[in-house]
Amino acid sequence: MSKPHVIIIGAGFTGVATAHDLALRGCQVTVVERGDICNGTSGRTHGLLHSGGRYAVKDKESAIECIEENQILRRIVPQVIEPNGGLFIALDDSDLSYAEQFIAGCEECGIPLEELTPQQALTLEPNLNPRLLAAFLIPDATFDPLRLALAFAATARHNGAQFRTYAEVETLLMDGQGNVTGVRILDRAANRHEDLHADMVVNATGAWAGQITAMAGLDAPVHPTPGIMVAYDQRLVQRAVNRLNEPGDGDIVLPQRRMVVVGTTSFTAENVDYIPVTEDQVQLMLERGSELIPAIRNARPRGIYMATRPLVGSGSGRSMARTFKCFDHKETHNIEGLVTITGGKATTMRAMAEKTADVVCAKLGIQTPCTTRETPLLSYRQYYTLSNQEKHYA
Amino acid sequence: MPEQWTLTLRLYRQKANEAPRYDTFTLQVNPDEYVLDAVERVWAFHDRSLCFRHACHHSTCGACGMRVNGVEKLTCITPLRAVTQNGAVLTIEPLRNFPIVSDLVVDMGDLYRKMERVNARAVLPVTEAEIEHPASTWNPEDAQYLRLSDCLECGLCISACPVAATTAAYLGPAPLAAIQDQGMRRHPELLPLADSEDGVWRCHSAFECTAVCPSFVDPARRIMDLRRQVVGAKLRQVFGK
Repeated sequence: MSKPHVIIIGAGFTGVATAHDLALRGCQVTVVERGDICNGTSGRTHGLLHSGGRYAVKDKESAIECIEENQILRRIVPQVIEPNGGLFIALDDSDLSYAEQFIAGCEECGIPLEELTPQQALTLEPNLNPRLLAAFLIPDATFDPLRLALAFAATARHNGAQFRTYAEVETLLMDGQGNVTGVRILDRAANRHEDLHADMVVNATGAWAGQITAMAGLDAPVHPTPGIMVAYDQRLVQRAVNRLNEPGDGDIVLPQRRMVVVGTTSFTAENVDYIPVTEDQVQLMLERGSELIPAIRNARPRGIYMATRPLVGSGSGRSMARTFKCFDHKETHNIEGLVTITGGKATTMRAMAEKTADVVCAKLGIQTPCTTRETPLLSYRQYYTLSNQEKHYA
Repeated sequence: MPEQWTLTLRLYRQKANEAPRYDTFTLQVNPDEYVLDAVERVWAFHDRSLCFRHACHHSTCGACGMRVNGVEKLTCITPLRAVTQNGAVLTIEPLRNFPIVSDLVVDMGDLYRKMERVNARAVLPVTEAEIEHPASTWNPEDAQYLRLSDCLECGLCISACPVAATTAAYLGPAPLAAIQDQGMRRHPELLPLADSEDGVWRCHSAFECTAVCPSFVDPARRIMDLRRQVVGAKLRQVFGK
């Protein structure tokens, strides 16, 4: 009768997608989140559904993940996506000299690519810098971050997952031999402590993953790496616009509702609960963004914010791969009951969840394969219209 | 160094089964930061028990609506400088006309149920968006391109609406605007809902919704237009056209 119980810590993209995957595979799932859905990095993501073009030269593993997941998310959650493609544009000789590697990288990674003349690009996007020298059309898209997460959460909830928001994990429950058996939470809305027991705990806290593993006495190889985003108050483009060059600061401009958002930068930080905005970075976004879209200089900032990437592995900043890692702490530190998933990016959230659920299911002896590639998601609004009590087991 | 203000935040607090109260926090802020940043600073540095909802921090998700000195604001795009001054007290409360979950967080399930009921469009062709581009500047083939609709479903209009305060049955500004967005001619199935006691006729034309809408939806104008559409649709029914 009893299904294995999995607690997922964190209701960002990875947490909600893992909840969806595990609920479909027959687990009893409880998501605990100290704030509300997407209050950390995920909500503040730029909103680019990557085609993989950005990583096609130096980080092909990420690029291939991106193009696969881009196509899957367009199918299963069209309600949150502007599927309008993206442009990579060259503005100087350095950009032009990057074109050859870019074309080869996209071909190698299976990213469809169409070269446009500057005039064709300007017809598609009249606000592009008219001095552009070359342009490539690729299948980028943009999405609403919160609604993307809510659609996964709604579907998970429909399939029986419980969401405990405003529930902060205070400690991991241990069995006396160092193995993890659950979590102690502070329900911040009720001001009450509660112990939740589980067969497996998944740490899906992204840039905060090290704080959870520290509760079990472990380090996590996560490098919180914030960057700035500046939203301007005019929708100057209808599709993603990227600088044709190696990834750098302020080289992506995206449409969001009646805005464009310019991002981003890359620096390291330790405590990422509050990262103040700095004026020099705001100025940098204006300078870099207006190289791509000069009319940004006539727009006004509407929202300015910092988001913290959870990078994994060695190296630093832009040189680090953007792929993800799932750690079974039984294998890394001989601690049973705890799995950490971190790294990655919004575009690869479903794949991160599949990998994590594979690890969890193997440990719990569940044979059911992943079906999230083919499962359309429910309306994001249903996260709010369903409650935890209403269970709809398939 | 950025300009520094000393600001006192007076925050509505309520936990389950406890009486509501106001807590004050005095902090140093950069006046160019947003109201949401100040609230987040309270949580990060002063009181970890504070509950508030936020996600995108740039007015695309609609999660962070609150009342700031009595006025509904999307706090992530409301600069402190625009609503207060150095040394002042800033009162921040949850939205009205929704049940309170905790502190500044309300349960907006009722709004989402209504948005589902009227099939509100989450995405639409760029050519149908009421945006600065006049319709004539689009090419017909641009209709293949989609954009997210302007309505963030943030609940500010419901909180500000004097009629929503009198009955939860009223559809309210955002759902009625979503019916208008679809149009009575293309969606005659929505006529009974729009024409009902709790539809367009309950609106008292206070225009508070339009005054607080952070995303240019202009619900009041849309409700007035929807009334015209409803009358037209009923006339068509009578005269069989």
